[in-house]
Amino acid sequence: MSPLVTAQDLAIAGRLEPSSLELRAGELVGLVGPNGSGKTSLLHALAGIPPSTGNVRIAGQITKGMHPDHRQRLFTFLPASRDVVWPLKARDLISLALPRGADWAKVAERLDIGALLDRRMDRLSTGERSRVMIARALAPDPRLLLLDEPIANLDPLWQLLLLDELRRLAHDEDKALLVAIHDLRAAAEWSDRLILMSERQIRADAAPSALVASGLIEKVFGVELAGADLRLRLADRQSSP
Amino acid sequence: MSARTILALVGLVVLAFALSMALPWSSIDYLFRRDPVLARGLLVELRLPRALLALTYGAALGACGAAVQAIFANPLASPDLTGTTSGAALGAVVTAYLLELASPFALSLGSIAGATGALGLLLALSGPRAETSTLLLAGLAISALAGALTTLALALAPSPFAFYDAYEWLMGSLVDRSLAQAAFALVPAAVAILLLWRQVPALDSLALGEQSAEAIGYDIGRVRLWVVVLTAIGVGACVAICGAIGFVGLVAPVFARRLTGNRPGSAILPAALIGAALLLAADLAVRTAPLGRTLPIGVATAVLGAPFFLWLVTHMRWKLGP
Repeated sequence: MSPLVTAQDLAIAGRLEPSSLELRAGELVGLVGPNGSGKTSLLHALAGIPPSTGNVRIAGQITKGMHPDHRQRLFTFLPASRDVVWPLKARDLISLALPRGADWAKVAERLDIGALLDRRMDRLSTGERSRVMIARALAPDPRLLLLDEPIANLDPLWQLLLLDELRRLAHDEDKALLVAIHDLRAAAEWSDRLILMSERQIRADAAPSALVASGLIEKVFGVELAGADLRLRLADRQSSP
Repeated sequence: MSARTILALVGLVVLAFALSMALPWSSIDYLFRRDPVLARGLLVELRLPRALLALTYGAALGACGAAVQAIFANPLASPDLTGTTSGAALGAVVTAYLLELASPFALSLGSIAGATGALGLLLALSGPRAETSTLLLAGLAISALAGALTTLALALAPSPFAFYDAYEWLMGSLVDRSLAQAAFALVPAAVAILLLWRQVPALDSLALGEQSAEAIGYDIGRVRLWVVVLTAIGVGACVAICGAIGFVGLVAPVFARRLTGNRPGSAILPAALIGAALLLAADLAVRTAPLGRTLPIGVATAVLGAPFFLWLVTHMRWKLGP
């Protein structure tokens, strides 16, 4: 099966070394790596946020310079920041710049934000704001979702519900997802494939089990991934790459 | 925002414009009975340019204020507080008194150049998505610098009457402008407002955050450049004719955003209408106030606008506080 997304020579000066990757429909790809390893930069470059360079094709189409409506049908991006500048109501924020005819009622239902819609964003908790902003990213029903730390700030129940929903979107609705996740255990458990980054470049791209078996995660993070538990291995920090 | 709200705002502007033309009624009424030709002349030559300038300048300040607030993601950004009007005034003074070019066209160009310089400097100093304190301090510094340079230019001017001459204009005045002068403000301001209107979707998307707006497909760097250039043209052309009028560009967008559910870009059109109504009303007030003499309109907007600004600052401090 040909990949839905092909990205070549993605780079941001000082933040991301030239990187290439492919994403397939029906696949939830976890993006992991230590702080400052370039996860956010890789997502930015895929989303075409300046000052990034590189070529991104989604379903064979070059996304650069595409009309916003068309572009959002292909992909959307959830930024890591949950801050809002203007005190919009959640409902109004979701409908901002939405492609014509986008129906987000089902999305709102799945993320259980019905009760939040008529409240102002600045009066919601960070976790509630997260859910509203995730709903905004899902609203155009795109084929590719680029999500930066979607489960950060969510309570444990919502972390599980959201990961479940993301996997459903990949497996049942045939979308491609690239999701930066800080929680290694969640990433290994819920992803179909893991992309491991360190020092501003992609270090590995493999199935979670293969990546865990390779020992590379331990090298990069200095922690041991043993069953359901993560154990810190401080002794190896010095020899990490 | 509903079409009915827009219609109501348009109605308000039309009413303010009509009152501005008609009041004070007694003198017009008297003149029309005595000498209809003179009365018509008074209406067309004196009151029409004045009302048109109030309408134009108010609309330009409102629309540009809303756009500037949207790109700086800050409700305290406005053409006067960011030094844009001071920069425009400096440009006009340098053109008029040092280069000794007095045609409205030269003044407009000088003014627009000054406004572009001030706004460009602000963007370079405070960066996009400016913190309120950085933005206000940078704006204050630019205003102070432009003000000092304006005084310097007047002091160095060959004409010994430069200070006296420029005083009333610097305070902001709509008095004794011709229809031709009004056109020099009206045309650039109208073009600026119409082109700003094209940026509404991009400016609205900025409420999702700059990165989201860029991922959606808007070139925010280019949008920012458009807003800076169009604000300089719209406000600069008005400053060249009428001098610096403050606070309308701050107040109008704040009210407008209440009508648009805080969408920053959509506020441009209602802010233009509210700005126009505000300045027409302010002009009417200074003309008909029983003070025995006419106040400069810039003084009136400052006296009314400064307390509003203080309220906004304390309101924001309260909101942003712990």
